[in-house]
Amino acid sequence: MNPVNYLYLAALLFTIGATGVLVRRNAIVLFMCVELMLNASNLALVTFSRLHGNLDGQVIAFFTMVVAAAEVVVGLAIIVSIFRTRHSASVDDANLMKL
Amino acid sequence: MTAPVLGPGLAAGPLAAGSLSSQGHSFLSPTGVEIVFVLVGLAVLGAAVLSVTTRQLVHAALWLVVALGGLAVEFLLLTAEFIAWVQVLIYIGSVVVLVLFGLMLTRAPIGRSPDADSRNRPVALGTAAAAAATLVTLVVDAFRTTWVDLDAGTGSARATGSSLFRHWVLPFEALSVLLLAALVGAIVLSRRDGDRTPPRPPRPRPGRAVSAARRTPAAPVAPTATPAAPGTSANPATNPATPPQER
Repeated sequence: MNPVNYLYLAALLFTIGATGVLVRRNAIVLFMCVELMLNASNLALVTFSRLHGNLDGQVIAFFTMVVAAAEVVVGLAIIVSIFRTRHSASVDDANLMKL
Repeated sequence: MTAPVLGPGLAAGPLAAGSLSSQGHSFLSPTGVEIVFVLVGLAVLGAAVLSVTTRQLVHAALWLVVALGGLAVEFLLLTAEFIAWVQVLIYIGSVVVLVLFGLMLTRAPIGRSPDADSRNRPVALGTAAAAAATLVTLVVDAFRTTWVDLDAGTGSARATGSSLFRHWVLPFEALSVLLLAALVGAIVLSRRDGDRTPPRPPRPRPGRAVSAARRTPAAPVAPTATPAAPGTSANPATNPATPPQER
């Protein structure tokens, strides 16, 4: 079978996730879109691993999943902390570091 | 990019593919794997689009479950069995649950939230279209003539674990330290430090509120009220008769 189809799927998923990050406003939905992008890159990594016939891509995809889990934990803690101080989960309200 | 060694199924393209081997590669006689790939891929794409565009936040998380489960099926089709089950365990099992808990803790509205999208939608769509065009043309250019025969699985848990602990021990240990750091960081970030913040103001009794209003008539705000963040819709501090909102 042609592995390029998997790469098409990965590219389109990455694009959908990027669109969500650019469009959505709720911080947790932003997180979901980032997860979608990470999964798209994982799919590309596993496809490359299948192409080249060794398992390094799969191991890197596994590492990516673990790092994504850690990122979600810390990110949700930050979002909940921001929600406590500013009473909003919208990323437009967290503009303290803007000029 | 050099063409990888892929075994006997490497063909020059769909035109030359039919004459290579007995089974042949043709778009007209798809195998079961390809049919499953197309169906599951369409489901994943649809679920991802719905998850990005729906205005109900909890529905977005549930559509994300569909997309991630479909991706686990795609991993199984790529014979990455271990990664598929790790995907089910980590993403569907824990990440989506964490996201749902985050939605609950930040009091996401259950119904539609009309301000869920930001205002820069045309710019975002233009950027997304450009990114999709770049990625797809890159992929087409790089891998148009590559074929892979999917035979016996190479991504079993045994093989992956052997590769992991034979070649990737140091990153694995570093990741365990990273997970520990993330755990400690999440606890530190989310705990309410009761030592530095003043204790919670007591409920304002009517007598105290009246005396406060008499003392400072220009600012009829209860002295026990905490300063509210800008942009809050329901501000409990403006009315001194109402008790402070339980947080």
